[in-house]
Amino acid sequence: MEEMLTAVVSLAAIGSGLGLVLGVAARRFAVEGDSRVEEVIAMLPAANCGQCGFPGCAGAAEAIVAGDASPACCPPGGKVVALAIAEHLGIALGDDMDDVLPTIAVIEDALCIGCTKCYRLCPSDAIIGATRQLHGVFADACTGCNQCAEKCPTGAITMQALPTTPGTWVMPKPALVS
Amino acid sequence: MAHIVIPPIRRLLARWGVHPDARKYPAAGLASLDAGLPPQLVVSLSQQAGAPARPVVRVGDHVLRGALLAEASGAVSAPLHAPTSGTVIAIGDAPMAHPSGLPGAAITLRPDGLDQWGERIGHPYPITLSPEEIAGRVSAAGIVGMGGAAFPSALKLSLGKRSNIDTVILNGSECEPYLSCDDRLMQECAADIIEGARLILRATGATRLLVGIEDNKPEAINAMKIAAHPYPEVSVIRMPSRYPMGSERQLIHTLTGIEPPAGGRSADVGVVAHNVGTALAVYRALRHGEPLTERLVTVAGGAVTSPRNLRVRIGTPLSWLFAQCGGLRSVPARLVVGGPMMGVGVSDVDIPVGKGTSGVLALTPAEVGEREPAACIRCGSCVTACPVGLMPLEMAARINANELGKAEDIGLGDCLTCGACGFVCPSRIPLVQYFAHARGELRARDRDRQRLERVRQLTEARAERIERAAREKAEMHARRKAERAAAAEAQARAKEKAETEENPA
Repeated sequence: MEEMLTAVVSLAAIGSGLGLVLGVAARRFAVEGDSRVEEVIAMLPAANCGQCGFPGCAGAAEAIVAGDASPACCPPGGKVVALAIAEHLGIALGDDMDDVLPTIAVIEDALCIGCTKCYRLCPSDAIIGATRQLHGVFADACTGCNQCAEKCPTGAITMQALPTTPGTWVMPKPALVS
Repeated sequence: MAHIVIPPIRRLLARWGVHPDARKYPAAGLASLDAGLPPQLVVSLSQQAGAPARPVVRVGDHVLRGALLAEASGAVSAPLHAPTSGTVIAIGDAPMAHPSGLPGAAITLRPDGLDQWGERIGHPYPITLSPEEIAGRVSAAGIVGMGGAAFPSALKLSLGKRSNIDTVILNGSECEPYLSCDDRLMQECAADIIEGARLILRATGATRLLVGIEDNKPEAINAMKIAAHPYPEVSVIRMPSRYPMGSERQLIHTLTGIEPPAGGRSADVGVVAHNVGTALAVYRALRHGEPLTERLVTVAGGAVTSPRNLRVRIGTPLSWLFAQCGGLRSVPARLVVGGPMMGVGVSDVDIPVGKGTSGVLALTPAEVGEREPAACIRCGSCVTACPVGLMPLEMAARINANELGKAEDIGLGDCLTCGACGFVCPSRIPLVQYFAHARGELRARDRDRQRLERVRQLTEARAERIERAAREKAEMHARRKAERAAAAEAQARAKEKAETEENPA
């Protein structure tokens, strides 16, 4: 009986002592979450579309800060977001930027059955429509996140590159002197 | 007429600019001709600076010359008028003079050959009109800056009240090589130009009119001096020939000695400049009630059989102009709309003339003189040539390294894209193309940033809306539940009461 009591009391004492140490250490040496993650989240489009392959914009921000992902990994954000993040984190951006072309959702009129699935899903309210009515996309509000295309039962939605107009055309950079 | 001469010290101290071979003859020496009516006229909706015009006609409509085809849309825009009488046969994309080569929206008109004017309401003494009335009529006539920038002129006229304009400059410098349309215009319509300039003076409330003409146009200077003689407020000034003298800043500094601040506008120093062609258009619009439907265009270049200045209806295709000048005698190495320094290289002869088209050039390979660019040798020629005192080589190096923000820090925004730097560069580096690229890229990024910001707001608004809906739903459920509970309780109480009433004992 006495042996058992000794064992229980001593283990309880060791346990509570170590617990106290851990508790104090957790308070005293606490490390807040990497503040850069929050800052990068604030720069991302917040559509949580998952095109980057990470769980939402927060996941992407963590990966970018950890160096697992390029700042250019966000297709809806495009060049602007990539440059802003790269500058903020002090990362050099490669020439892979030109591959990121902005796309928007385009609804094929003949295939749309007016099921409303896409516009309920759209994170930026870029789709307008009603039950059994033809849906349309506000090009200005669409980030090209592809969520609507995945859910469309008839495959009426495709992602298409924005056409270049005289207003959006940019004079190409002169070729380097060899 | 007050006699004003540019002080020699100002001439000596001005070190900027370049002296390209003028090549204005033979076109400058020949009287202008009417180009006639082509089989089709293509009136581009975006031939003015600012927003494209909004069509007010439909396909199939028959219009008279001067009828409104499209109205101004937005604060910076200008209306378009039918260049002749005829039928609207199409409204849609058509080739236009843009460096991208992309088409733009346009109204296509098939002339009926009668060239019948619609109603024209002129005024026998337009100088008696109020400044507001003058600006209003200029705006309605669709007049834009005819030197090339095509900025809506009425906006510059109504600037006077706010900015205290005391000087109007009439720009007759025509510093680009080959071009001689302003030269011909001053020789042939000097009196009307001065009348138009006096109307501009009245509209802006300025007291002094300076007509600046480069000294390589002595006939034009004489003609303008004779026309300006009766008016004490007008001075015709001989300016040295130098490119880019026609740039607003250089013009103002040369004529008045005042330098507009970087990033500011000429109106900040009480000066506003208009092209001589604009003054003529203003006179015609107010005196005769004619909207802007034609202009003088220089057709020149080594590949043109007989270069000439032509009076051209807005919307006439380039091919028609070349045909009026005896056709092309050799295959041009480059077609240019505008001047050789700042014009737009095009590849389609169906491109129509716009309100800002001062010249159409077909250049031979020898005139183009294209050579492969070589590496920068840091000679600094471009720094000397730059009319606004920038360092083109340094800006290009920063743009080359994709550091657009750093290029902006050293004055990319002040660049006129005049091309003087590239012209003098011994290594033939396409400096202006770097600057045009960087500016376009910065504009595009700005657009994208605004778009993303808008999308972000939409996304946040949606998340908030969904959250609110869920909260309201939960609250409603709770309320319903409470109501149901209350109703059940009341019912139970009523039942109990009824029972006690039934059996009072």
